[in-house]
Amino acid sequence: MQKTLTTTALATLLALGATAASAEIRIGASLSATGPAAFLGDPEAKTLEMLVEQINEKGGINGEEVALTLYDDGGDPNKARTFATRLIEDDEVVAIIGGSTTGTSMSILSVAEDNEIPFISLAGAIEIIDPVKPFTFKTPHTDRMACQKIFEDMQKQGITKIGMISGTDGFGASMQAQCKEVVGEYGIEVLADETYNPTDADMTTQLTKIRNTEGVQAVLNPGFGQGPSIVTRNYRQLAIDLPLYQSHGVASDGFIELAGAEAAEGVRLPGTALLIADQLPADDPQKPVVDAYKAAFEEKTGTAVGTFGGYAHDAFLILTDAITRAGSAEPQAIRDAIEQTSGLAGTTGVYTMSPENHLGLDLSAFRMLEIKGGEWAVVE
Amino acid sequence: MPELLQFLFSGVTVGAVYALVALGFTIIYNASDVVNFAQGEFVMLGGMLTFVCHAAGLPLPLAALIAIAATSAIGVLMNKLAIEPARGAPVVSLIIITIGASIFIRGGAQLLFGKQIHSFPAFSGDTPLRIGGATILPQSLWVIGGAVVVFIGLWLFFTRTLTGRAVLATSNNRLAAQLVGINTNFVMTLSFALSAGIGALAGVLVTPITLTSYDVGLALALKGFAAAMLGGMGNPKGALAGGIMLGLLESLTAGYLSSQYKDAAAFVVILLVLFFMPQGLFGQKSVDRV
Repeated sequence: MQKTLTTTALATLLALGATAASAEIRIGASLSATGPAAFLGDPEAKTLEMLVEQINEKGGINGEEVALTLYDDGGDPNKARTFATRLIEDDEVVAIIGGSTTGTSMSILSVAEDNEIPFISLAGAIEIIDPVKPFTFKTPHTDRMACQKIFEDMQKQGITKIGMISGTDGFGASMQAQCKEVVGEYGIEVLADETYNPTDADMTTQLTKIRNTEGVQAVLNPGFGQGPSIVTRNYRQLAIDLPLYQSHGVASDGFIELAGAEAAEGVRLPGTALLIADQLPADDPQKPVVDAYKAAFEEKTGTAVGTFGGYAHDAFLILTDAITRAGSAEPQAIRDAIEQTSGLAGTTGVYTMSPENHLGLDLSAFRMLEIKGGEWAVVE
Repeated sequence: MPELLQFLFSGVTVGAVYALVALGFTIIYNASDVVNFAQGEFVMLGGMLTFVCHAAGLPLPLAALIAIAATSAIGVLMNKLAIEPARGAPVVSLIIITIGASIFIRGGAQLLFGKQIHSFPAFSGDTPLRIGGATILPQSLWVIGGAVVVFIGLWLFFTRTLTGRAVLATSNNRLAAQLVGINTNFVMTLSFALSAGIGALAGVLVTPITLTSYDVGLALALKGFAAAMLGGMGNPKGALAGGIMLGLLESLTAGYLSSQYKDAAAFVVILLVLFFMPQGLFGQKSVDRV
C-alpha cells in the first residue's frame, strides 16, 4: 500500500514536471459566443480555436505550443470582468483576446490594464483605444470610420441631404450617433432620422416617412441582423428610387441571401477585403491571408466567412506576429512588440501600430462595395 | 392619403403576425388557465423546421406540413414531460415551467440549427400589390388570411364541437369535468398539440416576412401575449382584434408621432385599456358561484 502511494505520488510529480518542462504560451479569450452578441462571438470563437489548432500543427510560436483558454461571457460585461480576472490570476495567460462587444471590452480593459497584460479587443467603439491605454489594442475599424467611408462616397455622388433609418440595438444606436457626429464635416444634412426595433417585422411606415421628406437624396441604414434585410426588402416594395447605403454590420453573403438578390441590387456598403476575396488582384498585400483564412474557415465550419470572424483572425495574427518578433512570451515584451507592428496584412486591413495609434487601420482598410446581380462589386 | 394607407397596410401586416401568435395562446389557456410562454418557441420551430426541410430539397408545402406535425409532437412531449408531472401545482408554477420549457427549446434550437438567420421564399412571390398608391406584399395577405382562418376554426371549435366544450369544461372545473366523463388528460394533450400546431402554422406564414433565427420566439411571444391581453385572454375574437389593434397602434405612432415612441405608445394604450377593463376588450368577467 505504502509503495503504491509513493509510486502514484512520483508519477504525479513526473506528470506535473513534464507539463512545466514543455513550455507553452497561454493565451486567454473572453468572447460572446452565446447571447445577444452571438453573431459576433460565435464566428470569433470558432476562428480562434481553428487558428490555435493550425499553429500548433506547425510547431507553435518559436517552438512553443499555444494553449488557448476560451470563456463565453454571453455578452455580459460583469461576466467578462470575472473571466478576465480568472484568465490572469488562475489561468496565468500572457495576453487576452476578446470582448466581442464594446461593453465587455471596456470591462476586460480595466482588468488587463491593472495587471499589465496585453489585451486586443474585437469591438467597434472608438473609446476602447481613444485615449490610448498602454496595454489595450483593437482590430476592427471604428463605427465612425464606417460612417466616414459612406459619407465620402456620398460626397462623390454629390449627395447633400439624406435620411437615416437605424436599428435601436447596440450596434445601430452606436453607429447612428457616430454618423450624426461626423456628418457635418462632409457637408451632408440628415433630414429624416427614423428608428426601428431589431425584432420588427415591417419598416414600410418609417421608409414612407423618409420618402415623403422633401429633398432626401439617399438613405443610410445602420444596423445588423435581420433588420437591414427587412429594410432593404421594404425599400424595394415601396419602389423608392434613391441610393440605399447599408453598414459594415451586414457585410456578409448572408445579407444578400436574406434580402434577396433582386431587392439588394445597387445597395452600397463599406466592407473588408474578406468579402471580395476572389476579386482581389494578385498583388494585393491582403490576398494571401484573406484566401487562406476563407478557405480554412469555410472548410472547417461549413459557413461563409464574415467580417467579425476576421477581427478575431487579425487579433491572433497580431499577437503571434508580436510574440515571434519579441522572441519572448513576457506580457511587457509582447505589448512593446504589438505597438511596433508595421505593415502587417490581416483580413480587415493592413495594420501599422504606433504609441499614438493602437488600432493601426485607416479608411483605406474599408472598400466601398456595391451589390450587382447578387454579387459584391468594388466601387472605384 | 396614400401615406395613411401605407401606414395602415404596414400596421395590418404586423398586426396579423401578432394576432396569429396571440391565437396560439388561447387553447392552452382555455384548457388550463396556463399562459404558455413557450408559444413563441413553437412559432420559431414552425419557421425553422420548414426552412431546414425546404433546404434539404423538399417542396415548400410538404416542408410546412412536416414542420407543423413535428412542432405539435414537441408540444405533446412538453405536456407529457413538463406539465403533466406537475399536475396539481398552482397555475403560476405551471407558467414558470413553460418559461423553463421555452428556454430549453431555444437552447436546443441554437445547438441544432446554429445562430444564423434564415428564411424561405414567399408563397406567391415578392411582387408587391399596389392599391391606391400604397403597396402590400402578397405574403402579408397570406398572414392575414391565415389569422382569419385560424380564428374561425377556433371559434367553431369552442362553440360548435363537443371536444371544444370539453376543453372549456376542463378549465372551469377539472374535477367536475372528470365526473361527467371528460378525459381531462386527453384534453390537455390535445390542447398542447393544437396550440403548438397553430404556433407552427404562424411560423410558416410569417417567416418570409419576419425571417427566423433560434431566438425570434421571445420577442414574438411578448408581442403576441400583449395582443392577447389587450383583446382578452382566451377569446379568439380578442386575440385577432388585439393583434391587429396593436399593429395599427405601432404603425400609426411611428407614422404620425415618431418611430422612437412606437412601442411605448402601444404599451401605454394597453395599460390604459387594462386599467379600465381588466379582462381586456372582449374578455369575460370570471364569476365564482358560491
